[in-house]
Amino acid sequence: MADIIATNETILVVGGGISGMTAAIEAAECGKQVILVEKNPAVGGRVSQLYKYFPKLCHPSCGLEINLRRLKANKNLRLLTMTEVTEVSGEPGNYSVTLKTAPRYVNENCTACGACAEVVDAEFDSEHNYGLSKRKGAYLPNLMAFPQRYVLDPRIIGTPDATKAKEACKYDAIDLDMQEESHTLTVGAIVWATGWKPYDANKIQPYGYDRIANVITSVEFERMMDPHGPTGGKLLRPSDGKEAKDIAFIQCAGSRDRNYLKHCSRICCMASLKQTTYVREQYGDEGKSSVYYIDIRAIDRIDDFYQKVQADETVTFIKSKVAKIEEDKETGNPVLHGVNTEGYHRYATPHDLVVLAIGMEPSVPAGDFPIKVSVNENGFIEQDEANGAIFAAGCSADALDVNRAVQNATASALRAIQVVNQVAGTEG
Amino acid sequence: MADEIKIGAYICQGCGIGDRLDTAKLAQVAQRDAKANVVKEHEFLCSAEGVKMIQDDIDNEGVNRVAICACSRRAKTDAFNFENVAITRGNLREGVIWVRPDTDEARETTQDMADDYVRMAVVEAKFQKPPQGDQNTQYTPNILIVGGGVSGMTAAVEAARAGYQCSIVEKTGALGGAAANAWKRIPQHAPYADPEDTGVAELVAAVEGSDKITVHLNATLTKTSGAPGRFSADITTESGSTTTENFGAIIQASGYTEYDANKLPELGYGKSPNVVTQAELDAMAKEANGGPLKTQDGKDVNSVVFVQCAGQRSEQKGHLPYCSGHCCLTSIKQAMYFKDQNPDIDTNVIYSDLRTPGAGGEDFYRSGQRKGVTFTKGQVNEVVAGGDGLEVKFKDLILNEDAVEKADLVVLATGQVANSGVDIEAVVKIEVEDEEGGGEATEEKEVKVEIPVDSILSLDYRQGPDLPQLKYGFNDSHFICFPYETRRTGIYTTGPVRRPMDMQQAIEDATGAALKAIQAVENAAKGRAAHPRSGDLSFPSFRREGCTQCKRCTVECPFGAIDEDEERYPLFNEERCRRCGTCMGACPVRVISFENYSVDTVGQQLKIVDIPDEFEEKPRILALACENDAYPALDMAAMNRVEYSAFVRVIPVRCLGSVNLIWITDALNSGYDGVVLMGCQKGENYQCHFVKGSEMAHERMSKVDATLQSLSLEPERITTHEVAITDIERAPQLINEMAETIEKIGMSPFKF
Repeated sequence: MADIIATNETILVVGGGISGMTAAIEAAECGKQVILVEKNPAVGGRVSQLYKYFPKLCHPSCGLEINLRRLKANKNLRLLTMTEVTEVSGEPGNYSVTLKTAPRYVNENCTACGACAEVVDAEFDSEHNYGLSKRKGAYLPNLMAFPQRYVLDPRIIGTPDATKAKEACKYDAIDLDMQEESHTLTVGAIVWATGWKPYDANKIQPYGYDRIANVITSVEFERMMDPHGPTGGKLLRPSDGKEAKDIAFIQCAGSRDRNYLKHCSRICCMASLKQTTYVREQYGDEGKSSVYYIDIRAIDRIDDFYQKVQADETVTFIKSKVAKIEEDKETGNPVLHGVNTEGYHRYATPHDLVVLAIGMEPSVPAGDFPIKVSVNENGFIEQDEANGAIFAAGCSADALDVNRAVQNATASALRAIQVVNQVAGTEG
Repeated sequence: MADEIKIGAYICQGCGIGDRLDTAKLAQVAQRDAKANVVKEHEFLCSAEGVKMIQDDIDNEGVNRVAICACSRRAKTDAFNFENVAITRGNLREGVIWVRPDTDEARETTQDMADDYVRMAVVEAKFQKPPQGDQNTQYTPNILIVGGGVSGMTAAVEAARAGYQCSIVEKTGALGGAAANAWKRIPQHAPYADPEDTGVAELVAAVEGSDKITVHLNATLTKTSGAPGRFSADITTESGSTTTENFGAIIQASGYTEYDANKLPELGYGKSPNVVTQAELDAMAKEANGGPLKTQDGKDVNSVVFVQCAGQRSEQKGHLPYCSGHCCLTSIKQAMYFKDQNPDIDTNVIYSDLRTPGAGGEDFYRSGQRKGVTFTKGQVNEVVAGGDGLEVKFKDLILNEDAVEKADLVVLATGQVANSGVDIEAVVKIEVEDEEGGGEATEEKEVKVEIPVDSILSLDYRQGPDLPQLKYGFNDSHFICFPYETRRTGIYTTGPVRRPMDMQQAIEDATGAALKAIQAVENAAKGRAAHPRSGDLSFPSFRREGCTQCKRCTVECPFGAIDEDEERYPLFNEERCRRCGTCMGACPVRVISFENYSVDTVGQQLKIVDIPDEFEEKPRILALACENDAYPALDMAAMNRVEYSAFVRVIPVRCLGSVNLIWITDALNSGYDGVVLMGCQKGENYQCHFVKGSEMAHERMSKVDATLQSLSLEPERITTHEVAITDIERAPQLINEMAETIEKIGMSPFKF
């Protein structure tokens, strides 16, 4: 850490998801000095937890591989993981930023050989799998993790597991005395790309996420499709581990509702349409998907994906905001209650599994920014001159899909470049 | 002295390599078989000490080719990062010990595998040169922007703010584009409640006030040649005068044309003057300048119906199959033109799915509801002129019944049609068929429907005057993660020509495109490749005396990087090149190579592999794996300790399109028993970032049957697969299947 060099011609990018990585790499490939900070032990963000992207049904790890290669190759870019921004002060072209780096307990000697993980016994919920599986107390966050370096969970520090891990490492890579570090740097502009988190499904009480085992969220459903994920790539019911073949997708779970998130999260319609293709991928004509929706927002030229899914006879669309879900105690089936507004029919329909198309909430709550920025009622950062040289990118700016988030992050990178170029011009 | 090749081979013993393999033997192999000049073992090569050992050899011993025999080329890249030398990696960890069982029976074949990977790494290093880069001293950083609408002006203003000179070429006599005719725009800031000023006047003022922006009105491009960093553009005005200017990058912001509503007579357009399009309504509002909007015959408007998806999202012939993205919000905005004037005017938006995404979209929708705009889920079938107005006949999808609504004015939400110029792929296809001759040519010609369209860019590229279109006429990128991944390096599309979009998105998009243009300029100046092989300094060169002028390279280059010179030899434009090697794969006489990637860097690797004789029962399988997907999949399989055959030797390739058939025939001739090719998904949803690499490889491999026959070999010995990066189980399985096939059909007779 001691060798971080930053000046007021440096761009700080906060958040190493696809938006932050994009902003950082694009700026660095323009020849700018960039520091990219990421709170987690590895970059990649939420998209690295997705099985496929809509509408191409390609795999996010493909793009991640390219971005990682760009990142590894670029000498203008410095990545700091397990790091958060705690304080920001100053003005465009001259910000003072305090970074806090949590101890990883593993240094750069790590070869990712995995010897430490083999000897550690303690297990914790896997963050990568949204807690659907366990991981060791010494772990590599995921197979694509970059930096490719293990992490010791702070909860094993001081336990015999920590000592065992240290003894197992032949490369002196484990440093149990590592402490939290704090650094203050000067930077010229800041791209804020802290992204989103899934809305807390427990708050949507009528849907019983906390009570009904077979009600899950769309992000958890993605993990199920990963061949190396918690269910080995199978769509299984959490209650009894049986195959879920009749699956309901509930749109606007938390979104477009004054009680929860009043905005539209944009991605959920396309995400559910995509997820119906997972059901087909697994079961062919045997599977059944039911999409309960208000409006299907398959925006612009990708509307043809909606048309394709509509043509699939295993997929049914019900225009309805589901009123509540009850569990059939005998079968474990969630039963959906509501009114189909196309013709006003009441229904009480059981399904094997319910997937809540969960809304997108900005990761950083409005009051938690380290410096005053203009935030709208929905928690997204507004484009506002009052923000100085702090530019939101991706889902900290709005509920965006990957393509738009990358587009927005590229734009934000240019806005940051304008500031540091001006600094360079006036100083040079 | 500087030209003398001095190879250092460094063998790591860490991560279990030393326990599982005889590294002294590996060192011996490197020296004796592969002729490395310096060979060293180290117990922990990526440590500071190990890295220093290598750096010292570079500094003091003159080592200029470094073969790191340790972990995968994807691992420890920060440690093994030496300047000004060629670096290769022998993958002993993910490629050998992690995919082989630690048993006595497996030991020998596992060691064989490692021996070969060491030989391969050393010989690859020998045939590589550290790329020098093409320092382009003649480059210009100026940016050319085609189109003076909101997208084009935004791109110019944003690039100028970053310090770059820009020129806007605008076909009409004024800046502003489609937005100049609009009264207000959809709000772009909280609270997203009311239509706001279009911002066009402000933007025009910013353009005109900038000393970095030049504007050419009534002008078009009549010829564009060159490459990033050195484009030359003929800008011709309506009066016929032409100026030629040089540019470093190009942004195409040619916008859209509103869909021709005359194709919608059933919706009353052209039959009643009071059926208008959204653009026409905005023009009417602008004309009224804040006053009440009247019908065409000057009457008060008491009711307006907005027909969403007019001629859009429809499979009907002549309609647009897509959604234009902005129209729902635009109709809400326009309904407010009436409601803000007089809340008693009825405004009804008839829609099938109301699409108002994000925070701003939903807030604006709610604001419309608060102002009393009615929203009806329905499908409009017909608009007819009645006695005292219009009748909109529709199916109410909620009540599930046919309904009629009377209106003084009907607004059709027609879509955006991209101004993308000439559809070059249709044209080029024909040309290729013609040149190759054969019976298929006539059939292809019948398919060709040529509608004369003016070119936007007038490129003098071998592959046509405009950018390839992705779908429905839009020049979009094919990739979710990379919306600016263009198929013509240094030329970026932005705004509604790229994808249907509203003004807010166009502004974001144009700002992003300005960054990409700046990046292209900076890359060109330093001879660096653009995405996805960002920063690669190598570029292709060809041996003129061996070239037969077959033109395969010029035709197959996915980026239009190769033209033909006056003597019909290929003319490489390095700055356009993306370094995929498709030209190298295409060349039947193997005269094309990169400094760090050539027919030899791969060919010599496969030749140096030890081929045991038939009786040893150790077959050899060559696997050529795409470096972006298949190779990482194999790495991750190794991390999961998925085992695969010890008989395979995997070589990563830049793209399956770079695979030259000579590698296949050399492999077969030298006694390999099978060849497995792993590339990306091909077809409509292709995953290949070099567009058609995987597809061409499949195509080429389908034609090797003749070669196999001439060698009396079974066709099963070559398989070509589409492999995704997530195929962690499947990729090893494909290798194992080949091993099983060989067991079934027997060893190759070509072992010496």
